[in-house]
Amino acid sequence: MKRAITIATGVATAALFATSAYAGTLQEVQKRGTLSCGVSTGLPGFSELDSHGNMTGLDADVCRAVAAAVLGDASKVSFKPLTAKERFTALSSGEIDMLSRNTTWTLTRDTSLGLNFTGVSYYDGQGFMVKKDLGVNSAKDLDGATVCLQAGTTTELNVSDYFREHGMKYTLVAVETSSASRSAFDSGRCDVLTTDRSQLAALRTKMADPSSVVVLPEIISKEPLGPVVRQGDDQWFNIVKWTLYALINAEEMGVTSATEDAAKTDNNPGIKRLVGTEGDMGTKLGLSADWAYNAIKQVGNYSEVFERNVGVNTPVGLARGQNALWTDGGLQYAPPVR
Amino acid sequence: MSDFKALPDLPAPTSSTGLAGWFRSNLFSTPINSVVSVISIYFIVSFLIPVLDWAFVSAVWTGEGNAACEQASGACWIFIEDRISIFSYGIYPADQTWRLDIAFALLAVSFGPQFFDKFPFKMPLAIFSLTAFPLISFYLISGGAFGLEYVPTERWGGLSLTLILAFVGIVAALPIGVVVALGRRSEMPVIRSVCIGFIELWRGIPLISVLFMSSVMLPLFLPEGMNFDKLLRALIGITMFQSAYMAEVIRGGLQAIPRGQYEAASAMGLGYWGQMRLVVLPQALKLVIPGIVNTFIALFKDTTLVLIIGLLDVLALVQSAIEDPAWGAVETEGYVFAAFCFWVFCFSMSRYSQKLERKLHTGHKR
Repeated sequence: MKRAITIATGVATAALFATSAYAGTLQEVQKRGTLSCGVSTGLPGFSELDSHGNMTGLDADVCRAVAAAVLGDASKVSFKPLTAKERFTALSSGEIDMLSRNTTWTLTRDTSLGLNFTGVSYYDGQGFMVKKDLGVNSAKDLDGATVCLQAGTTTELNVSDYFREHGMKYTLVAVETSSASRSAFDSGRCDVLTTDRSQLAALRTKMADPSSVVVLPEIISKEPLGPVVRQGDDQWFNIVKWTLYALINAEEMGVTSATEDAAKTDNNPGIKRLVGTEGDMGTKLGLSADWAYNAIKQVGNYSEVFERNVGVNTPVGLARGQNALWTDGGLQYAPPVR
Repeated sequence: MSDFKALPDLPAPTSSTGLAGWFRSNLFSTPINSVVSVISIYFIVSFLIPVLDWAFVSAVWTGEGNAACEQASGACWIFIEDRISIFSYGIYPADQTWRLDIAFALLAVSFGPQFFDKFPFKMPLAIFSLTAFPLISFYLISGGAFGLEYVPTERWGGLSLTLILAFVGIVAALPIGVVVALGRRSEMPVIRSVCIGFIELWRGIPLISVLFMSSVMLPLFLPEGMNFDKLLRALIGITMFQSAYMAEVIRGGLQAIPRGQYEAASAMGLGYWGQMRLVVLPQALKLVIPGIVNTFIALFKDTTLVLIIGLLDVLALVQSAIEDPAWGAVETEGYVFAAFCFWVFCFSMSRYSQKLERKLHTGHKR
């Protein structure tokens, strides 16, 4: 109810100030000289502070790529840590220019909050983790299990849907934070821990004995996570959307931050259009010709971003899986830059 | 008849002096006491030994990274060491943290002497700490003037943010509280009802919703150009909230002053402000020192709620750091560290208030 009121007021105010406030996020960002980007207050691999105080993670790098495309400098981002409750109002009030905070794209959010999802930077899904000695190999064997999860999330609804669908019984242990759910699981208060699979991977590294647990193969929900912008500013929407696509296209064409300078003289017209030596792609977005060049040069292509933050060589240790390119059997598919 | 000469006193029986005597009279005076003592000592020791072992003996104090901690059974303090600059300064630019150091050194220099009776220049220092110090440290921390690099408030964080929130809250809430408390006892109906309204409004809503409103609702009502700082909004929210509590604490003191004091002050020819400043408030404030400090301590701890509006105070940074997958299970260390930070400051406030009470003690205390 509170949220509904907040949103209603937001929409009303948005209407009032529509002309002044939401006319040009791009101009505003250029005038200010920094991109104000909403991230989480700490989520391993996606947006968290490292020990030097830098915001790192996949979500944070999406912000950096947009800053590089718009301002030519990936470091010109001011990160605003937001809680789950705050994130949408911060966006609609104009406090941030874009939100890149592991936010699931759903119909309700896309339609009723005055927001636009610009694409999917990470395809996630909810999974289960169990102790190995439980001897369970499939989520369908979980009848009668005690399930630990974070209260007040869509996780709770997904679990209830899944167990009801398969006619299984379960006992719920709902705790406040994800780290609390991990310690509850670790100390044996429940048999199963459930959350998004990317988070299960991160939580697993914090277990007393990470090798004693196993993530079950079933994925019980779709959680497409991606950057979000305000509705009503199509130019800005296009910029954020195409910056993400540029990173994915770069991976597909084999352009990396290291090989990009060589790519400028490449004969492939697709690559030429991407790095801005041919065509006027930048102008069409209202940006300079080297927008994608800057983003890829300073942040890297999608694969670089992925491997640096959540890939198999990081503590989070996720395989590409669904997030592989469509050419490798994954879901990441970007429309062509032409 | 010779003079009476008392023999020298015999020493007290050895069973009632020294350590043994103390034990006998305090712990083992009756059979029941002995049983209770033995059981309590057993529990205290069996609790303390693992705790001390965890915190000191088996703890890891030196080393590099998580690998050093994996084999140890005790606390992994190098995690705190690794993150200490984040916990203290948040994401304040690393090459500028000396500015925070100077600001807090100034704070220590101007407030520290208040703990010592004989220290000279206490009054000028106190005035400095309440007037010039906030201005100097504001420019020092935020920059943008005198050739200092501008550091926007969203980069303020950690323990320094906690201290800034608490300091501003404390320094602003006390005078506002005094004014509102006087207003609530005023004979002028408009002032009185405004003050009652203020107190009941702010005291009637939880701080968490004050913060949430200030962070989320307020910007929606402001035109786009007028987006004022999130930290400032939070500070105003905290100050208003605590002033309402402060006002009620001080009103308690004002009501304890006998009517005769007001009348005597009046008979001396003092006006309203003279009465309050010279006669009533000095007595009233002295009476409610415990209540005032109680409110300060509560305020200090309440600053952790700014987490919900995305300001990263020391607790928020600890909570996000313990999620770092590069480290093993370090949440206990993180929370112990955060608790220790808060305890140090709250305990100092408590000691200072006790000292102040003793110093201002004029015989009314029972």
